[in-house]
Amino acid sequence: MAKNRRELSSLILEHQYNPQVEVVPREEAKRILRSLRAKIWQIPWIRASDPLARVVGARPGDLLRLRRRSPMAEVVETYRFVVPA
Amino acid sequence: MSALKEVEPVLERLKGVLPLSLYRELVAKLSKEEMGREKALEVIYETLKLYVKALIDAGEAIGIVTAQSIGEPSTQMILRSFHFAGLREFSMALGLPRMIEIVDARRRPATPLMYVYLDEEHSKSREKAEEVAKRIQSVTLETLARSVDVDYLTFSIVVELDPEQLRYRDISTKQLEKVLAKVRGKGLEVEFDGNVVVFRLDTSDPVKLRKIRDKLLQTRISGIKNVRKTVVRQDEGTGEWYIITEGSNLEAVLQIEGVDPTRTYSNDLHEVAEVLGIEAARTLIANELKKVLDEQGLDVDMRHMFLVADAMTWTGRVRQIGRHGVAGKKESPLARAAFEVTVKNLVDAATKGESEVFKGVFENIIAGRYIPVGTGMVRILMEL
Repeated sequence: MAKNRRELSSLILEHQYNPQVEVVPREEAKRILRSLRAKIWQIPWIRASDPLARVVGARPGDLLRLRRRSPMAEVVETYRFVVPA
Repeated sequence: MSALKEVEPVLERLKGVLPLSLYRELVAKLSKEEMGREKALEVIYETLKLYVKALIDAGEAIGIVTAQSIGEPSTQMILRSFHFAGLREFSMALGLPRMIEIVDARRRPATPLMYVYLDEEHSKSREKAEEVAKRIQSVTLETLARSVDVDYLTFSIVVELDPEQLRYRDISTKQLEKVLAKVRGKGLEVEFDGNVVVFRLDTSDPVKLRKIRDKLLQTRISGIKNVRKTVVRQDEGTGEWYIITEGSNLEAVLQIEGVDPTRTYSNDLHEVAEVLGIEAARTLIANELKKVLDEQGLDVDMRHMFLVADAMTWTGRVRQIGRHGVAGKKESPLARAAFEVTVKNLVDAATKGESEVFKGVFENIIAGRYIPVGTGMVRILMEL
């Protein structure tokens, strides 16, 4: 077991089952929510303690943009709302 | 000249509208064909029209469609299947039991497995793959022992090692000594004498002696915890070698040298959610459901699996579809009562002083109102 924990976090990002992630800036998040006509808690949640959320340093209240690999459309863009714990 | 150049600005605007795969297909087709601007625009218009027509309308009861699309084929599964198929050396849960296991989100699957894919270097040949398999598989003292004796007179346990096993498992005596040295303390002395290991104990209780013997034999000498068995297999399509393990420990296996950490996965939903996150668990749920149905020769659209996976993971945790999960945590008290344990749900809701807002399907059926589905949804749109 030569590799250490820090590297494990980068492995999470590269895993085929995980999407590309980024934290959406506050202003843009507001715009997105308005165009979706949704309240932020109506977006699917992700816990702040989730490995993926931790890797990108997401805090509760943030909106994450996910680019999922999709068998139908190749890439699908969705969002998750970061909730505490 | 291809038609692509002429309509470039139009295509640019479609980029965010059409799904990427459809967009690429359209561009590929247009660049191949010889046609004028008018004709090309017509093609784009038709594509867009068909795409919009194929979209699900707002208010469509997709949950019902999914339930039926998965439910009906599953009834055929009960009639004709081996629910446990021999996978060479070990069995794995398949068919209906596996499907129930997934939607129930059991803590531990009946047969925890890992599919360990290997990097370039190790996936080419069986020998290299087996090398990695040896690193993964946990080896206990018991597998290395040729004979084990408990000496009740000197209060010691004598383990005679099998040199062939040691060679086969690539374990040097030095390595063994290092691991067993850690066992020392706790009133236990370890002595090495060639191929014989002697454990001296300070207790004379024969029951305790035997208990300690059993514990000692389960001491892990090498490999990863929980991985009981490894099988090296070759993919029939790509000719690539990979490893299937019985027992699962994803976090440790991802860090092993020779393993391709981007493709390796476990069939344990909760473990994947813990190690890789909720998004990976979502993908896993959908893929595993699809695999079960594919194995039975049942063709169900992938989008249905994704809906199930989304419903199970949208709170950020893996929830089962049932009393303790998706159905049991609904907002509406009447909808919860309609599902299972009616009286308890109603009493609990009453003591907590919950109110019913009649936004869902179940509660509106109970109250004899229109359900908010399809045209019944219009009222809600007007409220905005």
